[in-house]
Amino acid sequence: MTSLENASEPEAWFKLDRDGKQLALGGAWTIAESARLDKELAGLELSRHGSVTIDASKISRLDSAGAWLLLRTRRALGIAKVSDLQLPDLYKPLLESLDQPRESEPHKSRLPPGFRGRLYKIGRTATHTFFQTASMLGYLGRVTVETIEAFAKPKHNLRVAAIIQQVEETGINALPIVGLLSFLIGVVIAYQGITQLRQFGAELYTIDGLGIITLREMGVLMTAIIIAGRSGSAFTAQIGTMRVNQEIDAMQTMGLNTVDTLVLPRMIGLVVALPLLTLYADIMGLIGGAIMCYFNLGVTFPAFLRELQQALHVQTLMVGLIKAPVFAFVIALVGCYEGFQVERNAASVGMLTTRSVVESVFLVIVLDAAFSVMFSVLKI
Amino acid sequence: MKNRHDQQEKEAVIRIRGLVNGFGGTVLHDHIDLDVHRGEVLGVVGGSGTGKSVLLRSIVGLNRPREGSVEVFGQTTSDDIESAPMRALEMRWGVLFQEGALFSSQTVTENIQVPMREYTSMSQPLMDEIAEMKLAMVGLPCDTGDKYPSELSGGMKKRAGLARALALDPELLFLDEPTSGLDPISANQFDELITRLQQILGLTVFLVTHDIDTLRAVTDRIAVLVNRKLVIGTIAELRQNKDPWIQDYFSGVRGRAALASMDKATEEAR
Repeated sequence: MTSLENASEPEAWFKLDRDGKQLALGGAWTIAESARLDKELAGLELSRHGSVTIDASKISRLDSAGAWLLLRTRRALGIAKVSDLQLPDLYKPLLESLDQPRESEPHKSRLPPGFRGRLYKIGRTATHTFFQTASMLGYLGRVTVETIEAFAKPKHNLRVAAIIQQVEETGINALPIVGLLSFLIGVVIAYQGITQLRQFGAELYTIDGLGIITLREMGVLMTAIIIAGRSGSAFTAQIGTMRVNQEIDAMQTMGLNTVDTLVLPRMIGLVVALPLLTLYADIMGLIGGAIMCYFNLGVTFPAFLRELQQALHVQTLMVGLIKAPVFAFVIALVGCYEGFQVERNAASVGMLTTRSVVESVFLVIVLDAAFSVMFSVLKI
Repeated sequence: MKNRHDQQEKEAVIRIRGLVNGFGGTVLHDHIDLDVHRGEVLGVVGGSGTGKSVLLRSIVGLNRPREGSVEVFGQTTSDDIESAPMRALEMRWGVLFQEGALFSSQTVTENIQVPMREYTSMSQPLMDEIAEMKLAMVGLPCDTGDKYPSELSGGMKKRAGLARALALDPELLFLDEPTSGLDPISANQFDELITRLQQILGLTVFLVTHDIDTLRAVTDRIAVLVNRKLVIGTIAELRQNKDPWIQDYFSGVRGRAALASMDKATEEAR
């Protein structure tokens, strides 16, 4: 690392004369020397000496850091006036301008120390979470009302071109990644099923298990998580950047409704795209499993389909698909909501994008569990 | 006040020779030469899009010129900006960007301490004291230090940015439109602040501005960017210049108002 401290300048020095009455200073008192001077001056224990005068006439260079050390030393010695320092005239204005009395308020930390500080933190986080939840529920209400209004007057409030663009961006452009990951998950589930069920000689039931897991849970859950990471984050970043650039403010002053223009196209687009993506993910997962079954079990593709047909009903597929629009709604709602929370600084966009992904993945999994409970009560 | 570096008046701190800059097909600077001497304040003016900021960026090495050489303290700055000789140079100058360019994730005090932490081994208490002194120097109250840049007004951001630019006691200060976006009173105060700091710290200042009041109050010489060239002189010399843009700038409504007070002062002196 380059350092200021190896610059080639005459070293700064100070010397206390033998009877401890005069402190002579000299050399370049600059920021490069200040770390060393600070330590050495502290070692001098000036407060122990009685009245000491300062002779600064040998100082060859002085900058504001050096001047600060000089002033501090002078205050420690109780010398009142700068003119008593015998400083070269060149540097007097600098020292005088820095020597302004300044009411130094005691440093107020924002947190009280110790146990009270911890309590304070817990309280702050709790109220923050509470208000955030309340504000998100309020937002949910607003979006719901605006959605209904938009469908009541579709000609005026529904932006079809923007919706189609969102379907392309969140749906069609996600096909490769969703397809590949679902295919691999299908391979993995089939492989584990075959190895475990073979111990009971029931390896053929792998196909039943694969079909049910993929259609009811894995397909929709994987797709929703991928889309939360891919599109939910994009929503937050896009809307957040618009906030940073004051584009949102500009839209509001023009009387444009931000929910109609920014939120609804994203939300409707995702609600259309996610069920379609889920269906596609289901198919890719089954293909992955079929290939694994062919190589490890010797089950041909027609035999695989026949087995699958016995195990599945239309209901199995519908149970998975019905969750997709709900997940899509939650992902879009969280993504857009967090985007509007962005403040006008660079760190904010990144922080809220992270938060939006974490929250939407969390909510998707919690909702999935809630669906499972509901279906078990309804005995579906 | 007399400048402390009078004896070295003619030493060129910044030396530009045959500089050519441009983007795509457009040429912004066509073989321009410029010397900035130690201890002087040089103002750069020009219409929008004439490349004032680009000139500043090529001097500090953020922008690699197409042709020509830029030397600061005898060291060429067209090297890679993160190379060792450039870093040695970067310790000797401070740059104030237009919006302050404070690091938004750090408090003002931490912002000021970034260069100190990087280049010196000062103890934390000493850095705290010096940061507070810098705040006082640029005229900010103590409690500003604990605030984040997002909590500051535009003028305070600029002052905090100036405190950070001065953290290592540089010899050379670059200011990019220091008074833009400030109300006239804050702008005047900022001009006075620059003049005072320049005098007590013996700074060399390279100042890019639009503000004719700043030019009058702060600068020793002015470089005008017209027709991709630099025209250099004092205000009095430039007012005699026949170039239409320069005529417009100094004799237009705003220019006349700003310079009227100056003329009055000279007449009274007679």
